[in-house]
Amino acid sequence: MSLPLLTSLISITVRAGTSLLYATLGEIYAERSGILNLGVEGMMMLGAVTAFAVAFHTGSLALAVLTALLVGTALAAVHAFLSVSLRANQVVSGLTLTLFGTGLASFLGQRLGPEGTRLVGLVGPALDRLPIPYLSNLPLVGSSLFNQDLLTYGLYVGVPFAAWYLYKTRGGLYLRAVGENPETADAMGIRVGLTRYLYTMLGGALAGLGGAHLSLAYTRGWTENITGGRGWIAVALVIFAMWDPLRAVVGAALFGGINAVQFRMQAAGTTVPAALLNMFPYVATIVVLVLITWWEALRKRVGAPAALAIPYAREEKG
Amino acid sequence: MRIVFEKRERVSHTVRVLVPVISLVFALVFGAVLLLFSGVSPGAAYAAMARGAFGSSRALAETFVKAIPLMLTGLAVAVAFRMLFWNIGAEGQLAMGGLTAAGVALFASEGLPSWSVLPITILAGTLAGALWAAIPAALRAYLGVNEVITTLMMNYVAILLVSHMYHGPWRDPAGYGFPGTARLPETAWLPRLYGRAHLGLFFAVVAAVVLWFVLQRTKWGFELRIVGENPEAARYIGIDIPRLMLVAMLVSGGLAGLAGVCEVTGVMRRLQQGLTVGHGYTAIIVAWLAQLNPWAVLLVGFLLAGLLVGGDQIQMAMGLPAAVGLVLQGALLFPMLGGALFTEYRLRIVRTATEDFRTPEETGLEEAGS
Repeated sequence: MSLPLLTSLISITVRAGTSLLYATLGEIYAERSGILNLGVEGMMMLGAVTAFAVAFHTGSLALAVLTALLVGTALAAVHAFLSVSLRANQVVSGLTLTLFGTGLASFLGQRLGPEGTRLVGLVGPALDRLPIPYLSNLPLVGSSLFNQDLLTYGLYVGVPFAAWYLYKTRGGLYLRAVGENPETADAMGIRVGLTRYLYTMLGGALAGLGGAHLSLAYTRGWTENITGGRGWIAVALVIFAMWDPLRAVVGAALFGGINAVQFRMQAAGTTVPAALLNMFPYVATIVVLVLITWWEALRKRVGAPAALAIPYAREEKG
Repeated sequence: MRIVFEKRERVSHTVRVLVPVISLVFALVFGAVLLLFSGVSPGAAYAAMARGAFGSSRALAETFVKAIPLMLTGLAVAVAFRMLFWNIGAEGQLAMGGLTAAGVALFASEGLPSWSVLPITILAGTLAGALWAAIPAALRAYLGVNEVITTLMMNYVAILLVSHMYHGPWRDPAGYGFPGTARLPETAWLPRLYGRAHLGLFFAVVAAVVLWFVLQRTKWGFELRIVGENPEAARYIGIDIPRLMLVAMLVSGGLAGLAGVCEVTGVMRRLQQGLTVGHGYTAIIVAWLAQLNPWAVLLVGFLLAGLLVGGDQIQMAMGLPAAVGLVLQGALLFPMLGGALFTEYRLRIVRTATEDFRTPEETGLEEAGS
């Protein structure tokens, strides 16, 4: 494989993987606290549409990104309220969130253009590539890793931070304790409900950012079904990565890389193996899940949140 | 002072009726705000939606076309959810049912007596859905693998497989490159009743009757309920839970597969884009709103289909986004979900003199965890 081809493949991989990694990272936080949020797709979708609408009307990318972040947080707060305070079924609540978010985004996409027209096909300000001085001149990785947009760079900080936070800080320890064994965490004085609220909302904020990256950098505009199932892939990636931020990078690169390779293959005119290639991550996720479940030592080692999707109620004990 | 939930002595039936009513009002008000924001009178839009979905025999027929897959997948989900098996995979099971039906009708029906083609097609598709569901069921029953994720992942595998088949190997050679198979032979067409509404409606009603009977009146249904309500007790009285789970999921997947068969043989009459449009996900909402009751699934499936068809109609008639239907569904379900708690609990404000003020630092958690 020629060097320029490899460089461009890496570059596309990173670009395609950014929104995925944001959403995955967010879901890792939420699931580590014991909340399964299947609403990622909906949060990304609404994040994408609101980010683009704000960017288009105000011209401010900062405001656009902030809006997506807040929208994601607000949607996740609904899920947190239902699943923590009202102990609703998390599977159904998350699915409703996706349905609602997708529907509302589609609705807004047809209304938020100039004078109530459609957003589809409009061109707005976009997050441009910002080459990092010196680093972007490195061979191979320079133009692929260090010539990206600001949101992608955000991950270069966000992922190591998440890994450090989860395993090396007190906050991360409490977070894992709440997802692992809420009774014990509660007995130790950790506020289980509050913790779950906070990390679910953080997850929503990150999913919103992932959506913003799609409409502001990746596709540069709003199209119907802009996320194309990325929210669901993120849910899969969390399992695939076994709730670990660093392994999530590998997963997102794999998915993003499949996107990139497919892009190349389509250009070369071969479409047939694309479906099989696309299936791979989903099948791999099932395999990983079976392994984790079956092989208890592995599950213990990765620290799978044992209380995932189980509502916690204090007074029901004893 | 804090707010606590207190378990009611018995389930409040007032609340049980009140919650759907409040939810409906909430959804309509939320929708009205959206419509006002679009510069449309909510009253006029809702009236147009109702007319578009239920206003004429043609409209009703289209609503039934949409309702049939929702009813069948709704029943599929309800069976699984009864025993707390979170089958998110109705979409994929539907896809496999439709795929197999198309495959049998197109490539295996030659030489068969013409009367037998349709029954064989239906059976094959139903069986395919059942087997697709059996995989996550067996993984959960025998290895304890979380079914939410496996059923969800298998949806994508199924959807990609279906799309691969009609884009690639099964594409109609005479179709001018249009992605889709050739038309199914007429012997495999599901008879239509009125407009495009087809015999699948009959299947859905029969399935609901049978399910209701089985769930309410047989030992098997009783066991299913026990497993759902109290797995500990189920184990104690000697119910073979893995086996029950497997059988329940075969039924569930079969129903979803049947929905796919109906879509392919009754509506599209070929395999093409539009088989997997999210019925399997809406089914979860149908089942939940219906509180897993088979009769209610029929009713709710019909009403939600009306919302979707009505949404399409106001798009055509008033230029409003069809997504209004989706948004209303979501807005309807949120309060339903939250309200469920209040049938068993009530809110009470308690004054607490001594709150637990221990901080985590004092408990030595660091040593325990790191």
